[in-house]
Amino acid sequence: MSEKRDGVVLTAEQKRRQRSRNLAIAWALAALCVLFFVVTIAKLGPGVMNRPL
Amino acid sequence: MTLATDGMTTESRAAAGAFAGVSGGEVRDYVALLKPRVMSLVVFTALVGMVVAPGGVHPVIGFAALLAIAVGAGASGCLNMWWDADIDAVMTRTRGRPIPAGRIAADEALTFGLVLSAFSVFVLGVVSNWFAAAFLAFTIFFYAVVYSMWLKRWTAQNIVIGGAAGAFPPMIGEAVVTGTVGWPTFALFAIIFLWTPPHFWALALLKSGDYARAGVPMLPNVAGADATRRQILLYTLILAPAALVPVALGTGGLAYLAVAVVTGLAMVILAVNVYRRREGEAAARAAQQLFAFSILYLFLLFATLLAEHAFGLYAAVPGLAR
Repeated sequence: MSEKRDGVVLTAEQKRRQRSRNLAIAWALAALCVLFFVVTIAKLGPGVMNRPL
Repeated sequence: MTLATDGMTTESRAAAGAFAGVSGGEVRDYVALLKPRVMSLVVFTALVGMVVAPGGVHPVIGFAALLAIAVGAGASGCLNMWWDADIDAVMTRTRGRPIPAGRIAADEALTFGLVLSAFSVFVLGVVSNWFAAAFLAFTIFFYAVVYSMWLKRWTAQNIVIGGAAGAFPPMIGEAVVTGTVGWPTFALFAIIFLWTPPHFWALALLKSGDYARAGVPMLPNVAGADATRRQILLYTLILAPAALVPVALGTGGLAYLAVAVVTGLAMVILAVNVYRRREGEAAARAAQQLFAFSILYLFLLFATLLAEHAFGLYAAVPGLAR
């Protein structure tokens, strides 16, 4: 089996779009982390870690 | 150019990378799938539902809940675009949308919509309560399945019944705050519900050719333009007094009363205008004016309630307890 499989080769335009989508997802995930942190504090208060195990 | 059954051209699909299993859309295409203009209306009316609700909610929780409601609304819009891609492809107003234009593959939009639906319902349940989350889930189901898949291509009453989906957000807003729903936000639901037919039928009068080409049974195509004009007038005559119900319930104060009376009268005048002018340029202009003003009308009613409750401008109507 010496046949070479190229797979999907993205064009420059497709790579650019992929990069912008990746950045948008990264920003959305970062924003969600901040949101969930702030919501946790708002719901449970600053003493969230201060409880018996 | 080859037009496939899903409305995408083979050329545009190849350009988007849809054949190769590669996403081809820009970020703005995914944003467009969420129907941002509808989303902004949903956020606005849900916010008003939250501020008129008895009691209060922590601003952070309120913000997170609104975000979840917005994403849920966007997800239902995305599922609607996935289902209606074939219709969108033949209508001038919608053929530039991401799926019919071939920038995003239909399957990708379906996945995007389903994931966002589940995520938004889960987040709303976690940050507020599960009744509000269930209400959001029902609203998404109502818009994507009951309206888009069932009513839209089947009956001329599609937007009358389907309008409920667009009218639920104030009630979801109240559910976030109180964990239940009451008459004040039911009155807001009724206003949006009664507003939807004159608003969309005014547009349908202008775009009846589009809807006929797409095979969507909008009222002007099924019952004729004159019957549609009569229905627009009837709904507006019910809508204008219905918009005063929040005053009777004590939700709307003096400012709201003034705005509801003045803008309600303007709506009735514009609806009468649509009813009377039935030919040519004047008829199209009348429908256009009603369509444009109906957006302003709903915005003013809800903005006044927001101003009264969120910025302390509420002054009770004499003789009516808050």
